[in-house]
Amino acid sequence: MRSRLVLAVCWLAGLPLAAAAQAPTAQQARDWAASCAICHGTNGYTVGGGMPVLAGQSRETLTRHLRDFRDGRRPATIMHQIAKGYTDEQIEAIAGFFAAQRLP
Amino acid sequence: MTEGYKRRDFIRALGAGAAAAATPAILSGCATLDEPRKPIGRVIVIGAGYGGATAAKYIRLWSERRIEVFLIDRNAEFVSCPLSNLVLGGTRSIESLTHGYDGLRRHGVQVLRDEVTGVNLERKRVQLKRIEDLPYDRLVVAPGIDFMFEQIPGLNNPEAQKVVLQAWKAGPETVALRKQLEAMPDGGVYILAIPKVPYRCPPGPYERACQVAFYFKQAKPKSKVLVLDGNEDIVSKKGLFLAAWNDLYKGIIEYQPSLEVKDVDVKAMEVKTEFASFKGSVLNVLPPQKAGNIAHQAKLVTAAGRWCGVDWLTMESVAAPGVHVIGDATLSGPAMPKSASMANNHAKICASAIVASMTGRPVNPLPIINNTCYSYVSDREAMRVTQVYRFDAAQKVVAPVQGAGGVSAQRTELEKQFADAWARNIWSDTLG
Repeated sequence: MRSRLVLAVCWLAGLPLAAAAQAPTAQQARDWAASCAICHGTNGYTVGGGMPVLAGQSRETLTRHLRDFRDGRRPATIMHQIAKGYTDEQIEAIAGFFAAQRLP
Repeated sequence: MTEGYKRRDFIRALGAGAAAAATPAILSGCATLDEPRKPIGRVIVIGAGYGGATAAKYIRLWSERRIEVFLIDRNAEFVSCPLSNLVLGGTRSIESLTHGYDGLRRHGVQVLRDEVTGVNLERKRVQLKRIEDLPYDRLVVAPGIDFMFEQIPGLNNPEAQKVVLQAWKAGPETVALRKQLEAMPDGGVYILAIPKVPYRCPPGPYERACQVAFYFKQAKPKSKVLVLDGNEDIVSKKGLFLAAWNDLYKGIIEYQPSLEVKDVDVKAMEVKTEFASFKGSVLNVLPPQKAGNIAHQAKLVTAAGRWCGVDWLTMESVAAPGVHVIGDATLSGPAMPKSASMANNHAKICASAIVASMTGRPVNPLPIINNTCYSYVSDREAMRVTQVYRFDAAQKVVAPVQGAGGVSAQRTELEKQFADAWARNIWSDTLG
């Protein structure tokens, strides 16, 4: 049932099946993570104080925090509203990108 | 592709002194130093604001310096529009918002101060005022906005525009408007007129009302801020702005919706709407806006004679293949503001797509970007709006993700610290 639905959605959207079915690529993780830079700096290397550094944090920690923000388990001023825009898979991909950067 | 021109242009970019010394042997030596590999193509970026500067940097980063990038702007330095209302409030200097392009030069971006006079789409060349035409493989157009002064007849001449300022492009006008406010007698009326959406920075005018009121409250307490809004209501962070006006600036700010400016009488210092006219001591009229002039010249404008339609997977113009348009000049997606954060993010969609296509890889089929805009209501407090946008393959737009995004719970001092941190980080991401 689900796979038939995915097929239908892909067909409707004109997407190649592979694009929807595949796990995020390294390029996608990089692109998605790049959007965080407006507050967290290029590649997660935050400039100045007042904003958490993302570069070099562990994938597990980042994933847990983002999910907790999204699901209301961790208080936030803004991140609860941003994290709701991402699926588990996307959160993991973004966390993986920042985890792969060297610690500042 | 552009090899034949590359050396000449490189010499030109370095200046005449280098040209005299440049034998082919020396030149290839230089090129080896900066470019470890032969460039795989050339991108020219027109406009070095938030969009253009970010695109130039990220094309260099993501191509691992293999794509040659020229960035052209008529200004020698970058002046941030975000935070420029603080210059009016008196808590920031214009110098603190002004940044050079040396950070981009360190990425190998060739920054040229010049004016683009035309684009030849067929021959893929950009025409410039100071030097010969430059050829490109891909073009990025990030011209920001220009004003439709013709819609306000009394403002449609340079003399009038020196008296009634817009100060909606940060720089000398911002400073000039601050001086007008300083020169205004206590008890005067400052009129701020807002055009109908879409315009650059939806919350910006309401923030400006706060900042001018903040200044009046300190220095000229009998003065008033009169906001004439061409829209039916406050278009961004309404509840938060109303609360700030009520709590902090009661009796100073007066807001009148649904009053679109039709004309301005500069001699009488009068703003005319369809229903009524208003006299003020300082008039600050934001004219209706459109994509920057070069986008019109290059025939990239596809919507309402004002904005440039794009393919949201690549930011490629729907009118011209191989030409990408980013930032305020685009026909915005649904609920997408014309903001610095969005221009920075458009630039990354564009950079990713250009690098992918020039290196023979597929384009990312699912861009996800986010917008965050802070507004400063005083010297101490701020608040913000945020939204996540994802490519919607059915609609072929980048649209808000349902259930995500929102505004601050309230204006706070902590949000002001985050606003300052946002500025530091986006400046460094765009220019550093």
